[in-house]
Amino acid sequence: MATAASRSFTLTIGQRRLGAKLIGAVLSLAFVLVFNFFLFRVLPGDPAKNLTRNRLVPAEQVQVLRASFGLDKPLPQQFATYVCDTLSGDLGISYKFRRPVSEVIAERIWPTVLLLGLSTLLSTAIGLWVGIRGAWQRGSVFDRLSLGASLALYAMPEFWLGILLLIAFGVGVGSFPGMFPTGGMSSPDTDMTSWAGVVDVARHLFLPCLTLTLAYIAEYALVMRSSLLDELGEEYLTTARAKGLRDALVLRRHAVPNALLPTTTLIFLNLGFVVSGAITIETVYSWPGLGLLSYEALRTPDYPLLEGVFLLFSAAVILANVLADLLYAYLDPRVRAG
Amino acid sequence: MALLEVRELTVSYPSRAGAVPAVRGVDLTLDAGGTLGLAGESGCGKSTMAAAVLRLLPQGTRTSGSVLLEGEDVLTMRPGRLRAVRWTEAAIVFQGAMHALNPVRRVGDQIAEAIRLHDKVTDRQAATRVGELLEQVGLPARRAPSYPHELSGGQRQRVMIAMALACSPRLLIADEPTTALDVMVQAQVLTLLEELRRELGLALLLITHDLSVLAANCERIAVMYAGRIVEQGPAARVFEAPAHPYTKALAEAFPTIGDRASRRNPHGLGGDPPDPRELPGGCEFHPRCAVSIAACPTLDVELWPAGDGRRAACVHVRDGNLDLVRQATPVPVGEDAPAQREMAP
Amino acid sequence: MTQPTVEQPVEALPPSLPPQLSPRAIARARRRQAAGRAWREYRRSWEGMIGLGILVVFVAVAVFVPLFIPASELDVTKATGTPFSPPSAEFPLGTDESGRSVLALTLWGARVSLLVGFLATVISVGIGSVVGIVAGHFGRWTDSALMRVTDWFLVIPFLPLAIVLATVLGPSLANIAFVIGITSWPGTARIVRAQALAVTSRPYIERARALGAGDWHLISRHILPNVVPLIFANTVLIVAVAILSETTLAFLGLGDPLRVSWGSMLDAAFTHGAASIGAWWYLVPPGVCILLVVLAFTMVGQALEAVLNPRLRGR
Repeated sequence: MATAASRSFTLTIGQRRLGAKLIGAVLSLAFVLVFNFFLFRVLPGDPAKNLTRNRLVPAEQVQVLRASFGLDKPLPQQFATYVCDTLSGDLGISYKFRRPVSEVIAERIWPTVLLLGLSTLLSTAIGLWVGIRGAWQRGSVFDRLSLGASLALYAMPEFWLGILLLIAFGVGVGSFPGMFPTGGMSSPDTDMTSWAGVVDVARHLFLPCLTLTLAYIAEYALVMRSSLLDELGEEYLTTARAKGLRDALVLRRHAVPNALLPTTTLIFLNLGFVVSGAITIETVYSWPGLGLLSYEALRTPDYPLLEGVFLLFSAAVILANVLADLLYAYLDPRVRAG
Repeated sequence: MALLEVRELTVSYPSRAGAVPAVRGVDLTLDAGGTLGLAGESGCGKSTMAAAVLRLLPQGTRTSGSVLLEGEDVLTMRPGRLRAVRWTEAAIVFQGAMHALNPVRRVGDQIAEAIRLHDKVTDRQAATRVGELLEQVGLPARRAPSYPHELSGGQRQRVMIAMALACSPRLLIADEPTTALDVMVQAQVLTLLEELRRELGLALLLITHDLSVLAANCERIAVMYAGRIVEQGPAARVFEAPAHPYTKALAEAFPTIGDRASRRNPHGLGGDPPDPRELPGGCEFHPRCAVSIAACPTLDVELWPAGDGRRAACVHVRDGNLDLVRQATPVPVGEDAPAQREMAP
Repeated sequence: MTQPTVEQPVEALPPSLPPQLSPRAIARARRRQAAGRAWREYRRSWEGMIGLGILVVFVAVAVFVPLFIPASELDVTKATGTPFSPPSAEFPLGTDESGRSVLALTLWGARVSLLVGFLATVISVGIGSVVGIVAGHFGRWTDSALMRVTDWFLVIPFLPLAIVLATVLGPSLANIAFVIGITSWPGTARIVRAQALAVTSRPYIERARALGAGDWHLISRHILPNVVPLIFANTVLIVAVAILSETTLAFLGLGDPLRVSWGSMLDAAFTHGAASIGAWWYLVPPGVCILLVVLAFTMVGQALEAVLNPRLRGR
């Protein structure tokens, strides 16, 4: 019997589990730092040489540069400096842009948030609906078509889809003219804060958003369908029908909410893949976000920038995982009680 | 007019190899306030029967015959009428209430849902009624905000019963209400059902594989095998003097409390229940029967009167050789039935 | 309510075997029978058969293409066509930016894409299986430590990690395969670990240990046979993901610059402006090939899973 006292005790168990997950997240982040350090400072050699590549710089100046990077200090000290710098926001200087990495990232972050946010919203909403309808009408024409389409969308590289859409609607095929801009986020000389500017951005946003949405609908639809099919075999639904509930309400009030539980966490956990998609799609459409930045960074190769972007992406995904756990614990009373 | 009248009910499930019959031509009657027990091994079709009464079978099942609830045929009702009838005239309590309750909603809400489906009540009125129902089954009203996993097996079963009573039905179907409960709790649940029946004038259809439970709690018993009723009659008579070999085996499978000898020598039934896709011909029980004769595999069985208000589907009953059934030595567990004997037909 | 269930009868050994057999021979005979049964069950799935057919065609093309299209067709200096010309009789799929036949590029590209896919899968499944078995069998501290590492790889987003690794290691076939392998082993590790845990806790393992069986014996004789079918189905799905990953990395320019793969074709096409010219013949074939191959692997993988886990049949 859960008296008031034992209720608070069970809450602590749940809190304890959450605490463990938070510690795990911090550990993961710490490991990212170690990984970064090892990969970028220790492996590729001299950052000073990299910066001064293709330029004629006298040897003493290279030495001075090396000292400014702290490369003449012992490794553990370098690592300590690296961690302190990172935690205070200093992510180094970008080779390509010759500006602080944090500045460059800050400029490019909002276009990505806009693109990813919108496409996640759309793909989730549509994907869940397709999945629910497919499971409820299993075997129907809709189900079979949507399964086939989901499978096809899942099997193709999302940037290939992006290129095809770009040709079809941006460039125009044959006599069919392109309706949308072929790249960038806005036309030159448009004031982005004016209404015309907003429309302009929206037109530029349309194709990349469409591509990403289509690419991820499949994942959500398939998971929702599978989750709901599992749920539809449960006995409590028969009880609900026996009580006199209409089939549609049995679905809406009992089956779907329960099936949504694993799906909601999936949306957060999927962020890792959404991020990956952003990189390739922004490249295809020259959308000036973090994805395009990664592409530019790896072409150079601009190690500090790559490091910074990787750190940011990892932190975002780790955070999303923690949020997913929190959300699941909140939604499922069985988990809440421990 | 009987409260529940089942006539020639046949239910088949679809499968790759064609329709698989789960219930084959069953007739049953239950009067208002009466009790009927339905016994049989797993897979004999009794749960299918229970679901059929409220038309709760999965999509794709084919039914024929009629199920008359207060004179209306459930199988041909319009969906709207069916939903109105469900729970208000007949309610069902499932086995394994862990999975029969929605695990992420509070039990009070689930009971209230049943009430609200059939009655316009305010939240406060629903909550009060929920409290009353819980008290009626012996649970404190403050348990209403609990989740199913916070309750014990016995408590969950009581919640299911409380929920079933929410709309004051006249018929309560209990599908294996005591399976998966330990003996003490079993007794409590059965006592509760009996009390409720007396207080509320409910008719009770009790379904279980435990014949002794039925003998103690029901007026009449029907025994099912391979989708058919093989014996029915007054509970005491059917249990003490079974007219069908299968009933006899069922009755003797459970050791009698107080009889040391029966404990040391459990009389089981060798063999397995038949595969519904490949039923033996004639009397389906003959491969496992201790007293089968040459005629059994090809016989057209029906329920023949066996005296004392009983009917049984056995050739010996038809021929008036009841003592053969009574004297048959049951097959010990682990052996198959002896080869058919040549007997004077 | 439950539908009537039927148990599968235990099959007798084929009568052709002599009565006295060593236990190992009996085990082998049983396994062969099980494999035969599994194949018959697999054949029933039309998606599985179609997928298998597609794969056979692609692998055959990849293996035999040097016989009917000489490697010289890939040489930029020997290209004879006009750049970016649409499909014609001479070049059935048109030409690329250097005048090479797109058909030749696509068919030769199959070799690299499939090879990297398989290689990466071998690495991924290899590491994953070892980690999974060790974690599941030895348990406790080993398990916790290994699972921490696994979880880290699972959390970190794939493409940024792969980009970072590939940039530092440098572009080559082996490196790309290594990068993909090393970033995708956690999935296998989890599945294998779950199974290894389940098997290790079974009573006959305890008995075997009492008889003096060492860990190696337990792993090779008991855990491995139970884990292999699971790994097999999982592997097929991993190849599909590996091929997609190779395509993505090559498209971003991290692939081997000296080899043609479907991904590198898309990279070349895109960076040379095939999109703005509308040279669809250059962009469509590699994408379609990837689509078909990944679809095929997925269908085969799902059919395999259905054979191994009857609960999933009929989905």
